[in-house]
Amino acid sequence: MSDQHRREWIYKLCTYGALAGLFAFLLQVQNQADEYQIRILNVSAIFVTLAVSYNLINGVAGQFSLGPNAFMAVGAYTTALLTISPAEKELSFIIEPIIWPISVLHLPFLPSLLIGGVFAALLGFVMAFPVFRVRGDYLAIVTLGFGEVVRVVANNAQSITNGPLGLKGLPEYTNLWWSCGVAVFTVFCVTRLVKSSFGRAMQAIREDEVAAAAMGINVFRHKMLAFVVHAFFAGMAGGLMAHLITTISPTLFSFFLTFNLLVIIVIGGLGSMTGSIIAAVIITYAGEWLRAVEEPMAIGPLNIPGIPGMRMVVFSIMLILVMIFARQGLMGRREFSWEWFCGFLKIGKRRG
Amino acid sequence: MDLPLFLQQLLNGISLGSLYALIAIGYTMVYGIIRLINFAHGDILMVSTYFAYFGISVYALPWWLSVVVAILLTALLGILIDLGAYRPVRHAPRISALITAIGVSFLLENLGLVVFGGRPRAFYRPDFLNKTYELVGVHIFSLSIWVPVVTALLLALVFLLLYRTRVGAAMRAVAKDMEMVQLMGIDVNRVISLTFAVGSALAAAGGIMWAMKYPQINPLMGIIPGLKAFVAAVIGGIGNIHGAVLGGLLLGITEILLVAFLPSLAGYRDAFAFILLILILLFKPTGLAGKDTIG
Repeated sequence: MSDQHRREWIYKLCTYGALAGLFAFLLQVQNQADEYQIRILNVSAIFVTLAVSYNLINGVAGQFSLGPNAFMAVGAYTTALLTISPAEKELSFIIEPIIWPISVLHLPFLPSLLIGGVFAALLGFVMAFPVFRVRGDYLAIVTLGFGEVVRVVANNAQSITNGPLGLKGLPEYTNLWWSCGVAVFTVFCVTRLVKSSFGRAMQAIREDEVAAAAMGINVFRHKMLAFVVHAFFAGMAGGLMAHLITTISPTLFSFFLTFNLLVIIVIGGLGSMTGSIIAAVIITYAGEWLRAVEEPMAIGPLNIPGIPGMRMVVFSIMLILVMIFARQGLMGRREFSWEWFCGFLKIGKRRG
Repeated sequence: MDLPLFLQQLLNGISLGSLYALIAIGYTMVYGIIRLINFAHGDILMVSTYFAYFGISVYALPWWLSVVVAILLTALLGILIDLGAYRPVRHAPRISALITAIGVSFLLENLGLVVFGGRPRAFYRPDFLNKTYELVGVHIFSLSIWVPVVTALLLALVFLLLYRTRVGAAMRAVAKDMEMVQLMGIDVNRVISLTFAVGSALAAAGGIMWAMKYPQINPLMGIIPGLKAFVAAVIGGIGNIHGAVLGGLLLGITEILLVAFLPSLAGYRDAFAFILLILILLFKPTGLAGKDTIG
């Protein structure tokens, strides 16, 4: 066995070891941590899924989309409508009764979640045709427009979405195993895709669309693939989110959500999956720590009143500062690899 | 539907459309010069209405004076935003500038929530805008007349500035080729600052008329007019002032007529602009008037 081969074996073992470590950690958390800590961990796992898939279209394929909230909304509503029991549905639709096939459908969590993802991916597929006719700034605004259209439809299609009242009484299915499982699955799929020839073609499109097309890359098909994969995982994440907080309404899926995701992938580094994962966890926790800023404080004799809303001010300023001073974000376009890690720890390096 | 009612709705449409157009001109001027979608345009508009609000109700200035002061302060705010946020990313990739603009938009909204509070406030409307006239069965609300008139006046001023002054010529030149203009010894940064000032002042004028039309203000009120005006600018071909006016009027009129003739779709009103935008971009990817430069 060659040296190169042996190294790859060791790295593979490291990956499995890390997964086992994650498993042990989650088991420990599940048994010992309080509800609040578990909840934050759930939220950060969902944000990892979202950020990694959002980074695929924005960072890897270089198509600046501003519409992940649309896919999350579709995924969340689809999943929720499938998991809520028919009796519960009848109870919550007070203004207009729910339409027929949806009113009797009732499925377990996993198929519902997958169908949610598939519906979001379908929307992505349909959207791709008008969206990828335009580029750059126009693309940003058209995707933003789609997000807005989905929100308005959710607000008005009362016999399906229950309008502004939203859906409530969702079963609380999402736990650490679901949220982290989907996150690991997403990271696996997306990194595999990025490393494949498809991913390299996407990166070529990001760098120079005309040159990529001249090299025989089908530009539209690759953009569409990135978009649909992003939509699928965003839809699943929407379903997970819905079953974590157990109530959804159109206001949940406003541009605000997209903004949060944008902060995450920009701070992590556009195009770096590792960066997205790290930033998703950091930003989720930072959001919780910053709640302290919003509460009244007493420093010595000084009494500072609570300032609600301060968190978002801090995040906005952070985003602007990152753009001005550290455009690359935490990771730039670099990725974590065991090779780099071992080099960092100076393990297995020949001395002398 | 009878003719008087149609005429009345048409008038409402023109009134709303000219408001969109006025806000869209500011968008388009900034885009035309530095190729930046100023996402914060709608939020600058929101801040201007608060300036006017405080002038009228807290400092008890006459309403017209506080409007003038608010417009001047907003122009200053536009310059400050350009200096603080946009100038540092001017030579960065386009996407960085776009993200910065989104950041500024969120900053203004959330700072607004912190400073002004989330509670909506009632906005003052002068008496002469409250009158309703009747002419052969058409009810004419005086505000609906004033809005297009003011827009037309301001538009005339913009054209005077662009085509009859040296600085206007500089603006058009910067829009054409920034590097070359720099070599000719023109202070590009000053020209851009001035553009931001003019664009923000137009947003302020539009915002204050918007606040008089829907007499309530809150920190998130800039989102809808901002988005609609942006859509109007893109429909007309962003960077093109004639296009912005055309797009604004088209959007305003079709929106009002849609709601008037198909009331069942009224709930979809805010999505309509985007559907129209998507349809138009499908057939004309650079907008109706095409051309990607100011003027």
